[in-house]
Amino acid sequence: MQMTASPAKIDDALGTSKKAPATVGAGLRRFADEWRSFWVVLSLAILFGAWEIAGRVPISYAFPTFLETLSAFGEMVADGSMIRAYFLTLQPLLLGVAISALFGIGLGVVMGLSEKAEWLLAPVFIVLQAAPMAALVPLVTFVYGIGLTAKTLAVVMLALPVIVLNSYKAVRHVNPSLVDMCRSFQGTRLQQIFKVIIPDASPVLFAGLRLGIAAGFIGVMLAELLITPTGIGDLITYHRSVANYAHMYAAVASIIAVSTLTLAGLQYVETHFLRPEKRRK
Amino acid sequence: MTKAALARTDGLQTVTSDDPVVQVRDICKKYGNLEALRGINLEFQRGKLTTLLGPSGCGKTTLLKIIAGLVPATTGEIRVNGRAVTGPGPERAFVFQDFALMPWATVLRNVGFGLELRGVESVERNRIACRYIEQVGLAGFEDKYPHELSGGMRQRVGIARAFAVNADVLLLDEPFSAVDEQNRRKFQEDLLQLVELEKKTFIFVTHSIEEAVYVSDRIVLLSPRPGRISRVIDPSIDRSASPDEIRRNASYLDVVEEIWQGLRQYAE
Repeated sequence: MQMTASPAKIDDALGTSKKAPATVGAGLRRFADEWRSFWVVLSLAILFGAWEIAGRVPISYAFPTFLETLSAFGEMVADGSMIRAYFLTLQPLLLGVAISALFGIGLGVVMGLSEKAEWLLAPVFIVLQAAPMAALVPLVTFVYGIGLTAKTLAVVMLALPVIVLNSYKAVRHVNPSLVDMCRSFQGTRLQQIFKVIIPDASPVLFAGLRLGIAAGFIGVMLAELLITPTGIGDLITYHRSVANYAHMYAAVASIIAVSTLTLAGLQYVETHFLRPEKRRK
Repeated sequence: MTKAALARTDGLQTVTSDDPVVQVRDICKKYGNLEALRGINLEFQRGKLTTLLGPSGCGKTTLLKIIAGLVPATTGEIRVNGRAVTGPGPERAFVFQDFALMPWATVLRNVGFGLELRGVESVERNRIACRYIEQVGLAGFEDKYPHELSGGMRQRVGIARAFAVNADVLLLDEPFSAVDEQNRRKFQEDLLQLVELEKKTFIFVTHSIEEAVYVSDRIVLLSPRPGRISRVIDPSIDRSASPDEIRRNASYLDVVEEIWQGLRQYAE
C-alpha cells in the first residue's frame, strides 16, 4: 500500500510544482502513467540505497549493509536453510489464515445480517481484538504444547477477530438503498445476500482479509519466537545468537517481503476478479 | 378545519373516478411517537401521472415507499389492482432518488437486474434490457459502469431498469433531484414521452412545484407534521404544445402560483 501511494505523490509533485515546458511535463506525466511499476522500483531503490549508506556509515555494529544482507540471503537460499525454514513457517500460517478467512468472513457476515448473532458474538470478538494476544501465546503453549496446533492457534487468535469484525462492519455498511432496490424487485433473501450485500461489502471484506493476513504473519512470528524456535523465527533467533547480523536481517527482510507480496497479490485478485469496474479508472 | 374539509371533498371526488390501479386506504405511519402520515386516502388512476408534492417532512417519500411495500404502514391498507398488498410486487417498480445502481455491474446487467432476480435467462434478459437502454437514450453505453456515467445518465439506467420488469405502476422517488437543472428539463420532457409511449401509471414524488405542474395529470399536495392531504389539483395543461410554450402558458403559470400560495406558509 505504501509503495503504491508514494509514486502517486511524486507524480503530483512533478505535475504541479514544476512549471516545466508543456511537452516535457506532458511527456513525464505520460511516462508516469504508463510505467507505474517504474515508480515502485524507484521507491524501492531509494529505500535500499538509504539502507546501504546507513550500513556503510555504520549506524551500528549490528546493522549490516543492504548488499551484505542480500548476499547472506543468497547464501541461505543456496544452502537450503531458507527453504526449509519457509516450509515450516508456511504450514501454520496457511492453515491458520485459511481457517480464519473461512470462519471469519462467515461469522462476520452472519453477525452483520442477524442482530441475534451480533449480540451473541460481537462482544467476544471485540474483547479478543482488544486483548494483547502476544501475552496469551505462552498460555497456548501451556495447553497445546509446541506443535503445529499451537502455532496454528496463534495465527488464528491474531487473524480471526480482525477478519470477523471487519466483515461484520462491511455488511452493516452496505448501501441500504441497494438492499431496498433488491427487495423492490422481489429478490429473495438469498439473492439479496449473494447478489447485492456481499458484492457491495467486498471492498471492506477484502480490507479485513488483508489486515487479517497481516495479523496472521505477526501471529506466526510470535509463535516461532515465543513457543518454539522453528522456521523463520528460528533463523532469526539463531543468527542473532551467533552475531550473524547480515543473515538475521536477511531472514527478517524476507518475511516482510513475503507478507507484502501476499497482500499485493490479494489486492490484485480482488480488483481483477471481483470488482471489474475498479480496473477502469 | 377548512383544510380538513377540503381534503374530505377531494377524497370523495377521487373515489368516484373510475378504474383506480392503486388505492390507499386510511394509511397512518408512526415512527415511535413521531406521526409521519395521518389518515391518507387516495386513488391513482390507470395510465395517469400523479405527483405527490409537498415541503420536506410531509411524508411524501414515506407514502411512496409504503405504496411500494418497502416500508410497512402502521395502520391502513394499500390495494393494487383491487388486491391488498403487504410487500413489494411484480406490478410495481421503484425508481430511487440515489439511483441505487450496483457499481460493480455494467449498465446492461443493472438494467436487467429485476429480470435476473426473477430467473429470466440471460439471452432474453439482455434483449429486453437492450430495448429499454435504447428507449431511455443510452444505446452504446451497455458495457459502461455506473461511475463512468453522469448523474442524469445514471438515473436513465434506473428508469430503464424499472421499465424492463414491465410493471403496471412506476413509483419515482424524486428521480431528478440529483440531476442538474439543464438535464432536469430535458429529463422531464423525455419522461412525458415515455408516459405517452408506455401507457403505464406513474406515481411521482417531487418537491419542485414547476416540475410537478409540468409533468402531472394530477397533483396531490401534502402538508407536513403529520403528513396529510391538503389539496388535490388537476392542472389540465394542453400537452400538445411544445415544452417551451407550455412553460410560458398562462394556465401553467397560474397553477404554479396557486400551489405556491398554498405552500408558502410552510416555507421557513
